Amino acid sequence: MTHFKLFENNEISRMSHVMMSPSRQSNLELAYSLSTYSVIGAFCTEDNVPQCLLHINQELASLGLPVCIEASSPEGANLNAVPVLNAVYELLQIHRRDMCTLEEMEKEQMKKSSSLDLIQMTNSRLKDQLELSIREKSGLYETERQLQLKLKTLQRCLKGEKDEVQKLQSIIASRASQYSHDAKRKEREAAKLKERLSQLLIDRKDKKLAIDVLNNLGRSDGKRSQWRTTKATASHEGEMYKFLLCDYEESQKSLVLENAELKKVLQQMKKEMMHILSPCQPSSRGATADEELAESDEDEKTRDSSRDTLDQSCEHAREQLTNSIRLQWRKLRNHVEKLDNQASQVLHQMESNKDMIPFETHQDEMERMRHEVQQCKEFIHAQQQLLQQQLSTSFDDETAALLYDCYTLEEKERLKEEWRLFEEQKRNFEKERRNFTEAAIRLGREKQAFEEDRAAWFKNHFLNMTPFTNRRRCSSSDGQSSLSIISEPEIRMSVKAHKAKASTYTTFSTPKSSRSTAAPSTTDLYRTLRLIPDCSSSMHSNQVWQESSTNGDEDIRIKSKSRGLHCSDLDIFALGEDDSLT
Amino acid sequence: MNFSELFKQSNQLCKVSPDGKYLATCVQYRLVVRDVSTLQILHLYTCLDQVSHMEWSSDSLFILCAMYKRGLIQVWSLEQPDWHCKIDEGSIGLVSSRWSPDGRHILNTTEFHLRVTVWSLCTKAVSYMKYPKACQKGIDFSKDGGYMALAERRDCKDYVSIFVCEDWHLLRNFETETQDLSGLEWSPNGCVLAVWDSCLEYKVLLYSLDGRLLSTYSAYEWSLGVKCVSWSPSSQFLAIGSYDEKVRILNHITWGKIAQFEHPASIDNTKATVYKEVERRPAVPSDELLQHNIKVGSTLLNTKSKYEICAPPIQIPVVKPDPDRANPKIGVSVLAFSSDSRYLASRNDNMATAVWVWDMQKMSLEAVLEQTAAVRCFQWDPRHPRLALCTGNSKLYLWSPRGCVSVQVPAEGGFQVQSLSWHCSGDFLILLGKDQLCLCYMDAEQEENGRLWRRKKDRK
Repeated sequence: MTHFKLFENNEISRMSHVMMSPSRQSNLELAYSLSTYSVIGAFCTEDNVPQCLLHINQELASLGLPVCIEASSPEGANLNAVPVLNAVYELLQIHRRDMCTLEEMEKEQMKKSSSLDLIQMTNSRLKDQLELSIREKSGLYETERQLQLKLKTLQRCLKGEKDEVQKLQSIIASRASQYSHDAKRKEREAAKLKERLSQLLIDRKDKKLAIDVLNNLGRSDGKRSQWRTTKATASHEGEMYKFLLCDYEESQKSLVLENAELKKVLQQMKKEMMHILSPCQPSSRGATADEELAESDEDEKTRDSSRDTLDQSCEHAREQLTNSIRLQWRKLRNHVEKLDNQASQVLHQMESNKDMIPFETHQDEMERMRHEVQQCKEFIHAQQQLLQQQLSTSFDDETAALLYDCYTLEEKERLKEEWRLFEEQKRNFEKERRNFTEAAIRLGREKQAFEEDRAAWFKNHFLNMTPFTNRRRCSSSDGQSSLSIISEPEIRMSVKAHKAKASTYTTFSTPKSSRSTAAPSTTDLYRTLRLIPDCSSSMHSNQVWQESSTNGDEDIRIKSKSRGLHCSDLDIFALGEDDSLT
Repeated sequence: MNFSELFKQSNQLCKVSPDGKYLATCVQYRLVVRDVSTLQILHLYTCLDQVSHMEWSSDSLFILCAMYKRGLIQVWSLEQPDWHCKIDEGSIGLVSSRWSPDGRHILNTTEFHLRVTVWSLCTKAVSYMKYPKACQKGIDFSKDGGYMALAERRDCKDYVSIFVCEDWHLLRNFETETQDLSGLEWSPNGCVLAVWDSCLEYKVLLYSLDGRLLSTYSAYEWSLGVKCVSWSPSSQFLAIGSYDEKVRILNHITWGKIAQFEHPASIDNTKATVYKEVERRPAVPSDELLQHNIKVGSTLLNTKSKYEICAPPIQIPVVKPDPDRANPKIGVSVLAFSSDSRYLASRNDNMATAVWVWDMQKMSLEAVLEQTAAVRCFQWDPRHPRLALCTGNSKLYLWSPRGCVSVQVPAEGGFQVQSLSWHCSGDFLILLGKDQLCLCYMDAEQEENGRLWRRKKDRK
């Protein structure tokens, strides 16, 4: 009910407001009049109180208020205060309410007017824009029209040009044809003229045309010229085809070789790919292991088959090979891509963990280092202590050193003893060796003496045997004889040669050829007499020399002396030496 | 490097015999044969007129001297100086003469290319080949001397005839797919014949010995085409130089292009070495020196030159050709493979001062030699990868993979090297001046000690 009442109240107030709004002016006037009331004349005077009351009551009734103002006395000026006050209060209330609504309405009006202004402004702006765009549009229309015009003219031009081009092309074509025709005509004429000229030349039987050769030459290949026969032409054909065939065979061979090489490369590539792929497959592709297995089986098969048919080099095998290579390649590529991805991921992780991991390790490292420092400090401390201890107990150390020295002294003594023993042994050995060499020399001398004796004996014997002793001696001493025994001067000569040779051998070891050129006859003789073994003598002398040089200075002197004096028995000596050594 | 004294010669006719033992030179109407090792005159022959062409027979026993103006040919024998042979082509005239590979026949091309006459020195027999084509290279013998290819023109069509040189039997005669055949050349193995069209059309045809068309190659259309063609000694590559300043290399298996070498005016290839010849005029000597040096003034006037290695980018001077003239000076006109087929030297006509050396293994530019004057002639050493070139001055230039060197020819009287040729052993060079010649002996040690500009190691 109260709600309704309120609503009613509101309604009423609104109504009153509506009604009052035009009467506002009058109200104001009324207020004005009220303020001037005392001066000009009041609404209510003592005379017209009842009329006033009536009027006010009517007014109040018109306002919807209960008419209750009554005079306390029918003609008196006293009024019944309570209803009047109520009415006044009511009126005041109404007035306040009206004022409130008035204010609100004014505010609203302000808002409205401002929004109106805004709208008007935008409106005007939009109008401007519209105008502008309209102008633009018209401009564009204009340009378009112009462009179209231009296009039309250009098209017309193009058509004209095309016509021109066509015309020119046709002209060119006609000219070309004319030219070629002319050229052909002229060429024909020229050919005709040439023909005529040659005919004339033949007819004239040009006497000057001649070859003058002193005598005919043979063919460069030495063959005689052949008659032209069908056989010859056939052979020419055959030769030509043979020639071509050879060339093709050669090129084919080279191609086959190249092919084989390329195939080999492919195979190797494939093998390497498989090798690269196989170990990382299980780890990288755990999920698709079965698939992988199947694929690799397939690969195996294809590889085997390709290997079988490699030699046949048929298309099938090639296809298989290329297919398998392609497959492998794809796998490899996938794998590499995956690895790439992994690597990038790892890198990413690394980057993200960059700050974290080092911190922990840093801690650890610090701890470790501290520990180390501590250890080092302890170590230093211990060393210091030890040093001090050492300083305090230096006397003990001296005794220890003495002891140690004793030991070494003993050791030294022992070594000295051993050294002496060794020296003695060495000396003994040396002595024995010298004895040996001396014995060898003596043996040599004895042998030489024996040889001389024998020679003398032989000579004597021989001289005794022959009756013509004097003559024989002369002939034998003269030179090369057929005798198997050498005469004295010859020996000397050959010995000389040999000596020279020996010296060269020892110093330079010249090759054999020089020996043969030096004294061939004597050496041959010697060889026949088996006095010199072919080349071993030089070798022996060489060896001897080297041996002696190792033995000592005295030996060298002896040997050189013996060589100088008794060179004839050098080989003997050498043999003896050899014996003695062995 | 040692130089011989100067000898007289005329018409640049100076040739070493194929066996490398003799040196034949023509002086006016005299033919002089010298021993190569001693340079002493062995024989002296007197021809009927001034010699315009001279050629050794393949067995080094005979020398052909052609006197084109008179239509005469004289042949001289080295073994029998009394022996003589004279061939008169008569009133028909003579434009070219050459030996057959067996050295017993002479092929004469008559005027107007009316016919090719084959004279036999063995039998005095004469035979004719009709309709030879007048072109850049219309006759070519295979390297082993077994076959001869002859370009012919009949009824406005090109034909190629292949003869067996042994008895001049016509083996094949086939029409070629050319508009206007310009040249033909056997591959060094003698199995493939390269035929190219005139410059109006880029077309190279490859025929087998039996006349089958193996392949056709055309790089482009509607522009001037092939300028020169060269086989590598291994028969592996066919290099084609064209008017678009490029060299294209065909392979011998598919006959397709495997490489293309361009000749740009600005070189910015860091892998190639650019040698630039730098000339230095000697400082003007003082009066005393001048008086002293009057005798050796000629050598003093010569400018010294050396090579400098330039770092890329480098601008090569380009001469713009006259478009209104026939045979414009543009495009690759000379191509030469080294004896081991490892290098290819080329010259682009509108950059006449530069020689380009290409590495055939890497298929890339190896070196560029920029000279101060236009390159006249270059030739590879027949034994080593070594290129000799001349520019018409008194210097000789050598390039090898190790470096580049310029050598002053120490000859009096302004000897200017117009052309050069190697001896077959690669031991010496014959330098031809205007009317003189000089031998230049290579020395291995000398070359080492010479002004060799080695490549800097830091430039890789």
